[in-house]
Amino acid sequence: MAVKAKKTARKSNTIKLKFDTSWSYDPAPESKSAASIKPKYDHFINGAWVKPAGGKYFDSINPANEEKLSEVADGNEADVNKAVSAARNAYEQTWQKMPAKERAKYIFRIARMVQEKARELAIIETLDGGKPIRESRDFDVPTAANHFFYYAGWADKLEYAFPNRKTSALGVAGQIIPWNFPLLMAAWKIAPALATGNTVVLKPAETTPLTALKLAEIIQESDLPPGVVNIITGAGATGADIVNHPDINKIAFTGSTDVGKLIQRAVAGTNKRVTLELGGKAANIIFEDAPLDQAVEGVINGIYFNQGHVCCAGSRLYVQESVAKQVIRKLKDRMETLIVGDPLDKNTDIGAINSRQQLDTIQRYIKIGKQEGAEMYESSCRLPGKGFFCRPTLFTNVAQSNRIAQEEIFGPVLSVLTFRTDDEVIEKANNSPYGLSAGVWTDKGSKIFNLTKRMRAGVVWANTFNKFDPTSPFGGYKESGFGREGGFAWVIALCEFN
Amino acid sequence: MALAKPYLTIPDFTLSPRIDQVGVEERASRFTKRSIKKESKMNGLKLVLNMIDLTTLEGKDTDGKVKQLCYKAMHPHDAIEGIPTVAAVCVYPSMVKVAKKALGDSGIKVASVATAFPSGQAPKDVKIRDTRFAVNEGADEIDMVISRGKFHAGEYQFVFDEIAAIKEACGEARLKVILETGELGTFDKVRRASDIAMHAGADFIKTSTGKIQPAATMPVTLVMLEAIRDFYYATGKMIGMKPAGGISKSKLALHYLVMVKEVLGDAWLNNEWFRFGASSLANDVLMQIVKEQTGLYQAANYFSVD
Repeated sequence: MAVKAKKTARKSNTIKLKFDTSWSYDPAPESKSAASIKPKYDHFINGAWVKPAGGKYFDSINPANEEKLSEVADGNEADVNKAVSAARNAYEQTWQKMPAKERAKYIFRIARMVQEKARELAIIETLDGGKPIRESRDFDVPTAANHFFYYAGWADKLEYAFPNRKTSALGVAGQIIPWNFPLLMAAWKIAPALATGNTVVLKPAETTPLTALKLAEIIQESDLPPGVVNIITGAGATGADIVNHPDINKIAFTGSTDVGKLIQRAVAGTNKRVTLELGGKAANIIFEDAPLDQAVEGVINGIYFNQGHVCCAGSRLYVQESVAKQVIRKLKDRMETLIVGDPLDKNTDIGAINSRQQLDTIQRYIKIGKQEGAEMYESSCRLPGKGFFCRPTLFTNVAQSNRIAQEEIFGPVLSVLTFRTDDEVIEKANNSPYGLSAGVWTDKGSKIFNLTKRMRAGVVWANTFNKFDPTSPFGGYKESGFGREGGFAWVIALCEFN
Repeated sequence: MALAKPYLTIPDFTLSPRIDQVGVEERASRFTKRSIKKESKMNGLKLVLNMIDLTTLEGKDTDGKVKQLCYKAMHPHDAIEGIPTVAAVCVYPSMVKVAKKALGDSGIKVASVATAFPSGQAPKDVKIRDTRFAVNEGADEIDMVISRGKFHAGEYQFVFDEIAAIKEACGEARLKVILETGELGTFDKVRRASDIAMHAGADFIKTSTGKIQPAATMPVTLVMLEAIRDFYYATGKMIGMKPAGGISKSKLALHYLVMVKEVLGDAWLNNEWFRFGASSLANDVLMQIVKEQTGLYQAANYFSVD
């Protein structure tokens, strides 16, 4: 009898599901022709397209096939000066004087136009950034529109929102946004600034400027007074020119912690206000009583959403040891069904890594993980011959002291660690220089509250992950930044109280 | 001795995994985002047709009605070549003999509901006799209902024993166990009932009788597919799945196929392990197949109504 039992046990170790099925999906690509991209884009300053002062342009490529999509203006100090003085002028001459309900009308109009052009914006977002069309269509563009709608509603309520206090705008806001959610980040920064009466100089990331420039076209078409929103393109140096400009009142930056530190140094001693939304290394915690299949799905979406290019990605998975084996098996099965490939294909789950540079970073970390002795597993999918692609990857046998458990990889790489008790996992989860987000999976409500109270993270999701809404504040502890963007908190951060 | 097999060690069903409703619904809706086009659509449609248990379960069923349904099962749409047959015809026990004779050696199975379908409110010996009768009449498959009242009362041992007894009465016939998920109320209970049925000897687990709303839904089917997957990993034994009721459109049926493909994989993508319990789905699938071939939708009048 014992022999028989052993035999069955051995058999169950070799049981495997085969997901490479005889019935498979044919390609279902979204059509490129539904989007128009100009061969060349200038800066958008004072309501018009302005050639760069230095006369230089740089290419924006499609990371899925490395082909050039367009070229965009490379901004220098003179361009930034021009944009800031346009914004200052618009602030003083029109925007500040305009009744709040009139400002709201413009923002509502932009929201509706974003919705009307949703398909085109989604295609361009996918072409320029590499994210799957399913995500740009179902998440990025609708959420961007929602931000305009939500903050448009705030404009004429500000007067009543703070009893016995009067608010006014800060002035000119300099906004620098990252390449992971280009259009959404632009909406996230521009909408509340306009609602509170500020004017804007925005710089999109150099690898993904096209949807912000498309938004500039929408803004132009919406008849927003010239100079209220100015969009200039360029790399880090252009961003530095914005940060250092003396006539800017507020800096809002989303991006890497390293650049965040530079910005904070640059604005020290000035009267500029700052909010920084930086990196993360979120802990996603699965307890043994969790609904495991749903937790696994949440972990998958937490780390592989947008190729892992998400500052709040759940990149550290803590699993209670009693269910670790089962959870890892479920994760591997789920990874096998993720489709990696052409971002324009409606069936693609994981698109292209945003740039060659980022792909190199991810591959360097995968190498480090292997050298540290962690066990690597990647899905068996085939990768396209051209473009920047990376298989969904996970590491098991990871130690708290491994670099892959400490540093932000910003790619589709998950580190799996185990734990025994609640106190242990809270200590380990908080043991990070970052503190942007966290997730907890358990069937027990009291455990959720115990954890969320003690977790040093700006957002803690319970039995879900990566949920965003314009009404919800967002921001980090520690080196994940400071200030809260989103919701009412974001309105406060953009107001002067008199 | 027999207890050496892990799936014959009876677990404590109150410890069945918990299910998060929001998470299940999100995951289920994700399958509907798959875009099924061209060749994969055609192959998928044929697969769906081949997985259908063509069903008539009415008080007014007659020999004539069942014979016509059997002809439809064997010849879904002779106007077009290369159309597969359905998997089985599903009838009441009193109609098994007629169906068996009508289907002859076509290879199409006869499935019979039994155990005081659809309520299951009858004594155990009546249920066993009901089952034996259907098997003796020639049924290849038995679709039984569980005692939902006992299940809600927490009498899991009763439910388990009943299924095991019916399984024994089935002999060679494959046993499908209907949970009637529309009466269970929560996904936690659906998961628990699935675990009981599989451990008690079910060859298939099935969502619904078709007499109660809601019948099959994608989330409920997903919970059951995940139960089947966990059971397979624990025991090495494959269990089939049959959503029934409420699936009448091809597009929805294709979404179910996507779900099977991505939860259980290749081994389950055939009519030995996956079935649709449906009556009106077949004609919609045929209409789509004709549309794929000719580029045009034909009027419903071109497809036989049985």
